[in-house]
Amino acid sequence: MDFGFSQEQEMLRATARKFLENECTSTFVRARMDEPAGVTDDFWAKLAEQGWLGLVFPEEYGGSGLGFVDLTVLMEEMGRCVMPGPFFSTVLLGGLTILEAGSPAQRKEWLPKLAAGQAKATLALTEPNARWDAAGVTATAKEGKGGFALSGTKLFVPDAHLADVIVVVARTAEGKTPEDGVSLFLVPKGVKGLEVKLLPTMDQTRKLCEVTLKDAAVPAGALLGGKGAAWSALARVIQRATIALCGEMCGGAQRVLDMTTEYVKIRVAFGKPIGTYQGVKHKAADMLVDVENAKSLTYYAAWAADENSPETALATSMAKAYVSDAYRKVSAAGIQLHGGIGFTWEHDLHLYFKRAKASEFTFGDATHHRERVAQLIKL
Amino acid sequence: MDFSLTPDQETFRQTLRAWLKGNIPREWKHVGSSEIPRVEAYDLLKRWQNSLFDAGFIGLTWPKEYGGRGLTFMEELILQEEMAFAKAPPILNVLGVGMAGPTIIAYGTEAQKKRYPAKILSCEEIWCQGYSEPNAGSDLAALQTRAVKDGEHWVINGQKVWTSFAQVADWMMLLARTDPSAPKHRGITYFLLDMKLPGVTVKPLRQITGEAEFNEVFFDNVRVHESQVLGDVNAGWQVGITTLMYERLTLGFALQTRLRIALESLIELGRRMEKHGRAATKEPVLRQKIAQLWIDTECLRVTGARAITKLLRGEMPGPEASAGKMVWVETHQRLQELAMDIEGPYAQLWKGSPWAIDGGVWQHSFLRSRANSIEGGTTEIQKNIIAERVLGLPKD
Ligand SMILES: Cc1cc2nc3c(=O)[nH]c(=O)nc-3n(C[C@H](O)[C@H](O)[C@H](O)COP(=O)(O)OP(=O)(O)OC[C@H]3O[C@@H](n4cnc5c(N)ncnc54)[C@H](O)[C@@H]3O)c2cc1C
Repeated sequence: MDFGFSQEQEMLRATARKFLENECTSTFVRARMDEPAGVTDDFWAKLAEQGWLGLVFPEEYGGSGLGFVDLTVLMEEMGRCVMPGPFFSTVLLGGLTILEAGSPAQRKEWLPKLAAGQAKATLALTEPNARWDAAGVTATAKEGKGGFALSGTKLFVPDAHLADVIVVVARTAEGKTPEDGVSLFLVPKGVKGLEVKLLPTMDQTRKLCEVTLKDAAVPAGALLGGKGAAWSALARVIQRATIALCGEMCGGAQRVLDMTTEYVKIRVAFGKPIGTYQGVKHKAADMLVDVENAKSLTYYAAWAADENSPETALATSMAKAYVSDAYRKVSAAGIQLHGGIGFTWEHDLHLYFKRAKASEFTFGDATHHRERVAQLIKL
Repeated sequence: MDFSLTPDQETFRQTLRAWLKGNIPREWKHVGSSEIPRVEAYDLLKRWQNSLFDAGFIGLTWPKEYGGRGLTFMEELILQEEMAFAKAPPILNVLGVGMAGPTIIAYGTEAQKKRYPAKILSCEEIWCQGYSEPNAGSDLAALQTRAVKDGEHWVINGQKVWTSFAQVADWMMLLARTDPSAPKHRGITYFLLDMKLPGVTVKPLRQITGEAEFNEVFFDNVRVHESQVLGDVNAGWQVGITTLMYERLTLGFALQTRLRIALESLIELGRRMEKHGRAATKEPVLRQKIAQLWIDTECLRVTGARAITKLLRGEMPGPEASAGKMVWVETHQRLQELAMDIEGPYAQLWKGSPWAIDGGVWQHSFLRSRANSIEGGTTEIQKNIIAERVLGLPKD
């Protein structure tokens, strides 16, 4: 047994830390917050150059064929600098779904482009009913001659305004179970009947869209995976994207702890650094415990995913439940220990606090995942 | 990352599993089992530990020549996991196995290492820990029990308090002041004290559960031979701290095991108890709380695996290990509170009542759990340690 990172993984971490500290500074992040794109072409090209856009794609599709433990390292570093832009949506939502559900031809068409930074993708899963399960899918796909017509409203879709292709989850039939009849479609941008609206969000580093489909016509070849039988592939994508998100959240939480530790060592009140006071010390110790525990469960889930372990579903829900609470608590405690300055726009803490909140409700919050755990342990 | 076992480790697991199946005493009731051996079960637990020793399933990481198996922490982890799955009884000589033995192996003379560790493992000799005093708890270095040299002997006078197992112990890890003029951490010596020496008096202290698990111990001109010093004279603080480090490490694994056992018992309790006409495990709020306990218990296991990995790679355990005790305490206390929630009004009934659930065993473990955040260093002290030694915040 060896439950630690390898030398290669530590090297990946060091490279990513250095790159992002140079390229993804607070100034860069803030500039992206104000623009709809949330990313620059230059930055995107550099991510591709690093090989990160294809990190988890197989080599035959232009990727590096690495696993989720490797990806976790990278996600932690990206979370550390609240990296904006469509990395998550392109790689873990759109890209992974094409990889999991697509035919070899569909993969060949899209994955090399995504890995090379020449195209962006996303996944339109959730709807105004805000559910993460199959029962939440009410958008429809009507089969006609030569293709399908998609209708419905998708909400909370990350980066749909940037995507060259949106993977849309829609129902081709009402089945015996909610999972029955769920299908996936590759919908390229510009299709008639597809409308994408960028929504103002609390976390401006994460761009969310409303996607409306009104009889949007796609050819038969746009069907991704089996007709009416896509849920299991999708569930796997959601699971893996959740693990990656947990990694990102851990990185953010660690950064808040680091900033806070540094600050309480130098900020003086009543003639002493505030870190001398136990009210401060004990909060900091609690933060450390939350961060370390969050990492433990995230690493475990990433390992389980790489091993295709039957424990992956449970491990993922344990991680997301814990990490959702932990990042929220740690980022709030960070603000508290900074006092007034932590409440300003100028200080970076609010970026983490907001990212924590956004991530908390992506793929289900702690309550949602505790219930999943309860089901999985047959409570 | 790799959680797989070597073929040898896999064989070890299978052998152990088979052995546990046939050897857990039938009288052992795991229901609501507290992590700490209960007074009424001492005899049973002594026999249990002895049978573990005979089978070679204790002291795995200790060197062979001192009664151990010379294995790695990996086998220790497997052992703890299997004990949890089998709902095995706890070890009676916890302080000996978790603290005295490893410290003697680390600091003892060859004679001491030959003399004590094996008997600790077999439970032939039970150990207690004489650290705390009426005026030295969290501030342990303030201890005042005196040891004065007289020829080949040290003469001990003073008092210890909260000494668990002193009433049954054969030996004590004793910290006493040998140089009152030195700074408080520098004048302390670590003694291996025979509890049967003249002048040692043990007085039981009744505690919150009504029983007497811990004691006061008085020393009235107790003469201890100089060969009973562990480590150097006046270097006892360092030795004592090592003991505490082992406590956190080895006991940490064991505690995680007990937690898992307690959690499974709790779930079983929840299935039996009704809330609003359905099983407590189906009641949404309790269900959430149980799931969270499951997550936290698993988290301790995985965090433990990270710490063991560091050990196996030859590094010292980092923040993961120091946080472990604190997390365990909080989780276990929450578990015991939840058992009371699940029992509802029945939580009020004590052992002896015909209506008491599971014979009132949960009430006992609930009360006992309040000690968790005090014994072995309070939670406040743990947080100070994490803040100062791990995060590097300034000392007072
Ligand atoms: C069931 C049980 C079994 C025990 N068994 C043993 C044993 O076998 N051998 C042994 O030697 N001891 C044993 N102890 C004693 C235990 O180690 C001490 O009780 C513990 O270290 C606390 O010391 P104290 O009781 O003097 O409390 P105090 O040190 O007086 O603490 C009182 C309160 O003040 C807080 N406090 C103290 N200092 C600080 C500080 N610097 N910062 C913040 N808060 C602080 C504490 O956290 C606590 O909340 C046992 C205790 C219990 C409850």
